[in-house]
Amino acid sequence: MRRLLSEARVAEATIRFRVNGRDVAVTAPPFRRLLDVLREDLGLTGSKEGCGEGECGSCSVVINGELVNSCIVPVIQSEGAEITTVEALAETPIGAAVQKAFMEHGGAQCGICTPGMIVAAAWVAEHRAYGSDLRDMLAGNLCRCTGYDLIIASVDAAIASLDIGKSRE
Amino acid sequence: MRGILSAIEASRPRSMDDLLDHIANTRAPRLIAGGTDVMVQLEAGGQEEGESFLDLTALASDLRYHRLDEDSLEIGALATFRDTRQRNDIVAAFPLLEASARTIGATQIQTRGTWAGNIANGSPAADGVAALLAYDAEVVLMSRQGRRTTPLCGFFSGYKKMDIGPGEFLAAIRLPRAKPDRLQEFWKVGTRRAQAITKVGLTINWRADGSWRIVGTSLAPFVTRYDGLERLFGQFGDHPGRLDADQQAAAVATAVQADLKPIDDIRSTADYRRRVVINLLCDAASRLHQT
Amino acid sequence: MNDGELTPPIPRLDGHDKVTGRAQYVDDIQMPGMLHGATIRSTIARGRITGITFDPALDWSGFTIVTAADIPGKNEVLLLTKDQPFLADGYVRHHSEPILLLAHEDREMLRRAAMAITISYAEEPPCLDVRQALRPEFRQHGDDNTFHAIDIIKGDVDAGFESADLILDETYETGAQEQAYIEPQGMIARPAPDGGGVEIFGSLQCPYYVVKAVTHLLGIPAGELRVVQTTTGGGFGGKEEYPSIVAGHAALLALKSRRPVKLVYDRHEDILATTKRHPSITRVKAGVTLDGKLTALEIDLLLDGGAYVTLTPVVLSRASLHASGPYAVPDITIRARARLTNTPPHGAFRGFGAPQSIFALERHMDRLAVRLGLSPLEFRRRNYLKVGATMATGQIVRDDIDMHTLATTVYDRLGGAEREAELAAANALSPSKRSALGFAAFYHGAGFTGSGEERLASQVAARLTDEGAVEILSSNTEIGQGTITIFSIIAAKALGLDPSEIRVAPPDTARVPDSGPTVASRTAMVVGYLVQQAALDLAAKLAGKLSDELRTVSAESLRGEAFRRAAGQAVEHGWKVLGRSRYEKPAFVQWDETTYRGDAYATYAWAVYGCEVEVDTRTFEVNVTRFVANQDVGGVLHATLAVGQIQGGVVQGLGWALCEQVIYKDGAVRNTALSTYVIPTFVDVPPIEVLFAETPYEFGPMGAKGIGELPMDGPAPAVLNAIAKALGVEPEQVPCRPEYLMMLADAAAPVGGTRG
Repeated sequence: MRRLLSEARVAEATIRFRVNGRDVAVTAPPFRRLLDVLREDLGLTGSKEGCGEGECGSCSVVINGELVNSCIVPVIQSEGAEITTVEALAETPIGAAVQKAFMEHGGAQCGICTPGMIVAAAWVAEHRAYGSDLRDMLAGNLCRCTGYDLIIASVDAAIASLDIGKSRE
Repeated sequence: MRGILSAIEASRPRSMDDLLDHIANTRAPRLIAGGTDVMVQLEAGGQEEGESFLDLTALASDLRYHRLDEDSLEIGALATFRDTRQRNDIVAAFPLLEASARTIGATQIQTRGTWAGNIANGSPAADGVAALLAYDAEVVLMSRQGRRTTPLCGFFSGYKKMDIGPGEFLAAIRLPRAKPDRLQEFWKVGTRRAQAITKVGLTINWRADGSWRIVGTSLAPFVTRYDGLERLFGQFGDHPGRLDADQQAAAVATAVQADLKPIDDIRSTADYRRRVVINLLCDAASRLHQT
Repeated sequence: MNDGELTPPIPRLDGHDKVTGRAQYVDDIQMPGMLHGATIRSTIARGRITGITFDPALDWSGFTIVTAADIPGKNEVLLLTKDQPFLADGYVRHHSEPILLLAHEDREMLRRAAMAITISYAEEPPCLDVRQALRPEFRQHGDDNTFHAIDIIKGDVDAGFESADLILDETYETGAQEQAYIEPQGMIARPAPDGGGVEIFGSLQCPYYVVKAVTHLLGIPAGELRVVQTTTGGGFGGKEEYPSIVAGHAALLALKSRRPVKLVYDRHEDILATTKRHPSITRVKAGVTLDGKLTALEIDLLLDGGAYVTLTPVVLSRASLHASGPYAVPDITIRARARLTNTPPHGAFRGFGAPQSIFALERHMDRLAVRLGLSPLEFRRRNYLKVGATMATGQIVRDDIDMHTLATTVYDRLGGAEREAELAAANALSPSKRSALGFAAFYHGAGFTGSGEERLASQVAARLTDEGAVEILSSNTEIGQGTITIFSIIAAKALGLDPSEIRVAPPDTARVPDSGPTVASRTAMVVGYLVQQAALDLAAKLAGKLSDELRTVSAESLRGEAFRRAAGQAVEHGWKVLGRSRYEKPAFVQWDETTYRGDAYATYAWAVYGCEVEVDTRTFEVNVTRFVANQDVGGVLHATLAVGQIQGGVVQGLGWALCEQVIYKDGAVRNTALSTYVIPTFVDVPPIEVLFAETPYEFGPMGAKGIGELPMDGPAPAVLNAIAKALGVEPEQVPCRPEYLMMLADAAAPVGGTRG
């Protein structure tokens, strides 16, 4: 306990990775949360903290093509990784379609879960197997405002608007 | 007390030799793979003074694999739940792996969580362990001295007490392949239907040779097989019709009362847990001979 | 999915920033020189503070430390009363009560500091059960720990019971509920650039509540405090009054350090320390005749207020005014009480007392129906209020409302008698599933109770910007429910413009008048009406200015293109034009606060909700497979926003009904994470089918009534009524968890180790 009280910090490392297509180098303690690195060190405040334990999905980002909760990723594990956050979503057809659909179909209310939700929705739209259940795949994103229906309607509308060859039952 | 993450030391070995050296030279090393348990515990303040972590994730080429052949499935330490779910051949051969993995957290947890981490975290609610036990999984431990394989059944001797020796780490999990199982079911009663910690879980596997695996989750200090119940179901299976439904139910209730010692906790009660196990087992017993 | 949709709804006007991640919530904001703040809280439920020590192993030089002694004004959270301190001063009345505040540049140092502060106490026995609050050894408030008492008397219940053939007397309990907004509480405070004041930015519903509370704390005039709402990630009432405390704390740290201070809670602290829905115990004694007419209702309602009064009297008021339901009953006595316990104070949460009392009554109605041999809907049909009927306070129903048609529409939508027959047949065959339909009928008073709206004296302004656009100035906040979009629609409609031509000013008390709090389902109905009036007044003022200076025009003519032209001319000439409106109580509202008689609310919205549930008799897990909400909304302002409000509220209601449980031990909340405080996910709820009925309110914009809280009232009783039917048990408790259902099922049938 006494050591935790002192200000002694562990050796920081310089960790290099790519965020939204840009190379970055961050010097940080190895277990600094990726979410904090994104929000505070890189000024990318789009990803949000709702729970701090990987339960609500508001911090969702894509690392090396996988949808993850950045609040439970220590930055040391980002070495050499490709990370995409909500800020870059508009640059992909799926991301842009999901954003537009959320605006038009009531998928966002207070908006705090929205960045994580649309990152997840865009990823799910791209990666899910044919016929897998959308609600099931988005269940790692909590929303307290919408009751979920209009989010599903938004994602369905986004998928329908894209020619990605996958249809929902 | 909340976590001071800047006080945590960590290294990220770049090779297996590097990793094994680190483990050999560290007292009580803590490993981190996907981090879905470790990071939550640290953030809640569960860090010990002076502890340091070894991050495995640079070793994906060595540790993130599935090897399926005629004899066995080997799952590397960094293979995630989603990795497994995406392998249709593995899911076909071992359906309980899919049944359990799909209930763990949700997408964002399944892309990071690993079977090995699920074992090593030692939670009494470890859904992955339940499925692995139902398939007679073995744990492959590696050290500088080589590989040691030991059954997952018996690997735990108490709450978070496992058979990992100094210098060893959990490198892989091996599931022997067998003739097709006769009945495999995975039940998880959580506090909700996704992102839920198991309140009471039951995994059953009626193997081709007539033997049973009956595994309970959140019923004991670690995920546990119940050999009394397994013997009882063996009798049910071998002698259909000898007992009627009520007699079966009574036998199940007696065996459960004798073998299970669940507790009350923040999520549920001992009584509920016991009764749910009885109900689910009776339900399964009533369907045995439809398979 | 919804009926009554008119023109295609416009995309919400604040959507773009939200979907791109650009919207700035309080924790996204950085200011130069900013410090982080933290709150050190009590670890016991009741007692005297005997010492505070700071471990010298930590370097305290970089910390700002604030205690009660630093408070320049009054150490009182000014709300309805002054009993709650901002910082405990020698005595604590609940676990996690704030004692001192810290600020530091490094957030992690604050965590170290929390470990390095030791507080010692002389503990006293806490009251942890509201039923024991009257015991003399627990007295801490007033004469007997009673925060508030309300009696509503109509007729003579004793006589009513005399004429009953059947009397049923049962008690119902509901637990606390955490609002669980996904954005936790947070504030930034900084010393004002010019002189002695303070500026506050943060997540909140009611900026003027913060002004009132923090000026009292700091001893400064209102003009020296500026409060600005940042994009707020959910509130649901949890950010009605609590933010004043966070703001006051941040302001104290900012003033002492002379730096901006950001005080943001993490989820653990938020669940641990902030307000929850009041737990309730409601006894309902009802008399009925054999042909199904209610003759008497006697209701004893007890709310657990927690350790301080906060808004409890108003919650109690609403609970009492909703307790007798949408039924015409000649003789009613409602005795409502709220008392103290040594738990963190309870406060506002969507529904605000009504869900608690409606739950009790609607469960009771189904139990009466069973005993009478009537279907739940037929029994209700024989008792509904209609236009001209008298409510418990003597209020005459003005709406020509047909509750039975609302109900049969829901019943038919769920498949009606055919579906019930299917379910009954399936139940008979299934070894482990039992399904049934369930319903709840209710009303919800829109706006503040009684004379509340008059006391608020809300004001709205509408001005022409330098570009000639119309800007609405009100203190009502966008918290997801669509305030910005709705106000734009209303103002646009009034002036014949497009909603995109309307600006809604961010709620900044330096700029906007006090239009009252964003609560009580009043924003669209009460304040929206004022928006309309302010816009019309703007046109009138513009017409007046034009007529004086340029050309004679009538106010009514300035619509659409004519308005745009006039606005253009105003800009050219540099005229400042401001329209205003102020709340006026409709003449027909007569309310006596002392006798609690008269028109409790200016209007009511009416609803019937129904559901189908499936219960697994092996695990007693409840699966709600269908949900239909048929709700009178007065007039639909924006179909998507309205549907979204109802669906979102219903899911919160389902959570309250089935899985949300605040677990206390020794007066402290134990489940302080979103993994252990369980709210519904995507896969825990069915699609929520929403039907609109429209019985317009003449003083609502385009007839609109408040809609946001009914969705909290209906789900719990509808679902528990269905469960009761499916299992043949009588649940009386919310949350209705599987463990509880198993216990009820056991009591109903002997345990033999078999399923059931």
